[in-house]
Amino acid sequence: MPEGLDACYCATVSSSMFPVSVSLPTMRAFLERQKYLIDYTLAALLRRKTRNLGLLLIYTLLVFLFSSVLLLSQGLRREAATLLQDAPEVIVQRLVAGRHDLAPAAWLDRLRQIRGVSAVQGRLWGYYYDPAVKANYTLMAAPERGLAADEIVIGAALARVRQIGVGDYLGLRAANGQPLPLKITGLLDSASELLSADLLLLSEAGYRALFAIPPDVYTDVALTVRNPREARTVAEKITLALPDSRPILRAEILRTYDAVFNWREGLAFLTLSALLLAFMILAWDKAAGLSAEEKREIGILKAIGWETGDILRMKLWEGALLSLTAFLAGYTLAWHQVFHAGAALFAPVLKGWAVLYPELQLTPAVDVQLILVLLAVSVVPYIVATLIPIWRTATADPDAVMRG
Amino acid sequence: MIELNDVSKTFNQNQPNECRALRGVSLRLERGDVTVFKGPSGSGKTTLLTLVGCLARPTAGRIALDGRLLSNLPERFLTDVRRHTFGFVFQQFNLIRGLTVLENVMLPAYPLGRPHRALVNAAHVLLDRFGLAAKATSKVEWLSGGEAQRTALARALINDPAVLIADEPTANLDSALSQEVLALLGELAAQGRTVFISSHDPLVFEAAHVNRIVEVHDGQIAGDRRC
Repeated sequence: MPEGLDACYCATVSSSMFPVSVSLPTMRAFLERQKYLIDYTLAALLRRKTRNLGLLLIYTLLVFLFSSVLLLSQGLRREAATLLQDAPEVIVQRLVAGRHDLAPAAWLDRLRQIRGVSAVQGRLWGYYYDPAVKANYTLMAAPERGLAADEIVIGAALARVRQIGVGDYLGLRAANGQPLPLKITGLLDSASELLSADLLLLSEAGYRALFAIPPDVYTDVALTVRNPREARTVAEKITLALPDSRPILRAEILRTYDAVFNWREGLAFLTLSALLLAFMILAWDKAAGLSAEEKREIGILKAIGWETGDILRMKLWEGALLSLTAFLAGYTLAWHQVFHAGAALFAPVLKGWAVLYPELQLTPAVDVQLILVLLAVSVVPYIVATLIPIWRTATADPDAVMRG
Repeated sequence: MIELNDVSKTFNQNQPNECRALRGVSLRLERGDVTVFKGPSGSGKTTLLTLVGCLARPTAGRIALDGRLLSNLPERFLTDVRRHTFGFVFQQFNLIRGLTVLENVMLPAYPLGRPHRALVNAAHVLLDRFGLAAKATSKVEWLSGGEAQRTALARALINDPAVLIADEPTANLDSALSQEVLALLGELAAQGRTVFISSHDPLVFEAAHVNRIVEVHDGQIAGDRRC
């Protein structure tokens, strides 16, 4: 054995003429082997840097787009759920011929008498189209704010679009055609801008004057239920007591939001799926079309003692390094885009179409399930797509190298 | 001892381009010998070396190493035998471009997971021995023919194999470099290593340390003599 060679490392059968040695199956040897494979893989990636960089950029873009859609829709769902936490458990509307109608004030007492109901409040709200900005506002009476009949509080998006603020007057056209000037006394908190972007709050008197609503009716009635788990039972009792009413549960609103975001998310994914398919074809083509140099390299490695498993492990590391780098870069960029840059890319699709876009700052959150989903749709297909063609090359006989 | 018993090798079997490279070869290769497989191009000597070195399996016949039958071993075990028993020096050197001389020399040891420091030391010892210490960090594509041949030789020895197989080691070298490589092979043989060389270069047959010449023609053994 030449001087300096690690004599004790290989357990050789010295009595044999051609010693067949077996490497010691230690954990350390396993880790060293993985380290060598990673070293070799990194060197191989750098040797073909132009092609691999191109692939990495496309891959990163793909992960970025998918992550952006998922992070944004998840963020919106979370935001909606947070805001709806404070919403009443049950809302009761009146239906006439299947359409929403104004609820009589007399309902308030009848609803209070239903067992399980702890509080009842008549609500006044509606929509107002402003031709000046071609947008619909949501108007709501807010008695708890103690506003005077000629005072109003407006949402931040409206203030931005109309370039008005506290102390200014907002002129609305009343139901009788006369202008109704309202003094702005406050702006709504921007933290709840998802819901309040186009919201106007005014007094009950001001609301009734604007829309010519009689004093004995409300838009709908909000109920607080003593035990929220009994909301469905309470709703059934309401339907019996008031046959022309429609009780709406908070859970149903949440489900509706979820369905809307799912639909929008699906729409975005449908568009992106074409891109995913194109990438899969590119990955397959890259692996299946291994260059003559790569095939020769695999042959050399096999001839000098690497087995098919070593080649596959090396290529697995290559796929894992490439796809995890793309995943981390794409996910980080998407995170920044969604939570710090206003999610400009997919906001029109996922927030909905509107004139008054809420300036929404979603709360950053780490969702492990979301990360796993993203890993499953990006990293796993890439590795699977590349492994089969590589396996076909790696199982070739190494003697091809000898024969040139 | 390596024993070949009625070994045949056919490429592209049952296809229009079928080629019978070896036909019923029986041979007994002894320990410590420097054996040269001599023959013209296409005679089957390289195929014979690939079978002896476990790079391929025979189509028919048996190959045994120290009494252990190799021809029916699964690939994994065959690779294990190959990486520990044989070192290869290829005609075209087959060094991996883009890697340094040191990295190329260390490559066959990667799957064994030897400690990094020990492996680097072993590679440096071999590079020193073959006069390549100054080239350790050079990319292999910058090497001259002789340097590339010596790098290939160092790579073949990194796992300390008992048998060295050199396919046409002087084919791409001038006379001076050929003599240099033959001298190195002679040194290895003197240390007790078994050496198999395929060649049709008279310089190789006439080398002082060669003690057996096996002539191969049309896939069959045409002559076998001790020197």
